[in-house]
Amino acid sequence: MRLLFGSLFAFAVAALVGLGMTWLTLATGTAFGAVSIGAWTAWPKTGTPGIDPYARAVIARTGQLPIGIGDGVAFYAHSDDKGRRLDGRCDVDIQGVTPTARFWTLTLYDPDGRLVANSVNRQGFTSQEILRDMDGSFAIRVGPRARFGNWLPTGGVEHYTLVLRLYDTPVGVATRSGREAPMPSITAQDCR
Amino acid sequence: MTRWILWLLGGVLLGGIVHLTTVLWLPRTATQDAYSRLLAITPANAVTTLPDPSPDKVILPYMDPAFATAICRYDLASGPLQLSLNVSQAYTSVSFYTRFGTAYYAINDRAAGRRVIQLDLMTVQQRSEMPQEEDVTAADRLIVESPTVTGIIVLKALAPEPGLMPMAREALASGRCKTQS
Repeated sequence: MRLLFGSLFAFAVAALVGLGMTWLTLATGTAFGAVSIGAWTAWPKTGTPGIDPYARAVIARTGQLPIGIGDGVAFYAHSDDKGRRLDGRCDVDIQGVTPTARFWTLTLYDPDGRLVANSVNRQGFTSQEILRDMDGSFAIRVGPRARFGNWLPTGGVEHYTLVLRLYDTPVGVATRSGREAPMPSITAQDCR
Repeated sequence: MTRWILWLLGGVLLGGIVHLTTVLWLPRTATQDAYSRLLAITPANAVTTLPDPSPDKVILPYMDPAFATAICRYDLASGPLQLSLNVSQAYTSVSFYTRFGTAYYAINDRAAGRRVIQLDLMTVQQRSEMPQEEDVTAADRLIVESPTVTGIIVLKALAPEPGLMPMAREALASGRCKTQS
């Protein structure tokens, strides 16, 4: 009888721990081989046959197709440089330069990877259409209200994710630091 | 008391095994993965242009709206596949994914080095069954080996400005993928 109760208890613990851990890792999107530069993180290995089992499970669950390493690299930002979650009701400045790449695109998504509806139907910028300063750097204002210059509307959503994709770029699995790949800064401004 | 702690430890250990097994097993049971989503809207071994991603219509999450995208959902059971695509003026790429969404190969217009990206896709077995002399004449043909019999090819053309989207779409309209037999 003791054996029965004991093993039932152990099985219950196993199910709770095992499934709980699986759910947790998939919900938070855990993957190995992250390259973090400032607020931006990329998982170049996820675009190769050497993808780890966690990333593979996340991809199967969400239905996305990761960008292949021969095509480019995608950097994700969920928060600003100080680690605060990006809030679509606030103004956020993205400033600086990007790593070497033939083209890049910056796109705003909701946390589920959908584009966000807004009045001017703009979901992002490409490297060719952006307005730059004399030195080649750029500044993008992300926020709910229209601005002069490069304005990326948030549609007033609570949380969003910025994805900077570099196409035809030397940045990849071997990239380690921001010196090799200078990423633009993300600074939160006024919040009203 | 000690007995229960031992049972608890055993349970936690078993839980670790359950965790690893479910993570490894999950891709095979997913019903909402990219392949399953595309199964309903794309025929096999043909190029289908996807509608532009928009806020109210999500085919695959995290699609880049600056690109025109087309899909060739392939099935190599009846033989190797031939793929060709004219490159656009901006940036064109072709990415290969297995049935379970693993990116195993990608090439862009510059790496292809010509106006047309042309390649043959086959399984490892079909590659090994290829006659030797054909392999020699195939020297200028790019051969890609697919780890799975079925999978997805994503053809993408960049529209650097929204006004150039028709140009990107035109490049994708030249895309062909068909089995040889």
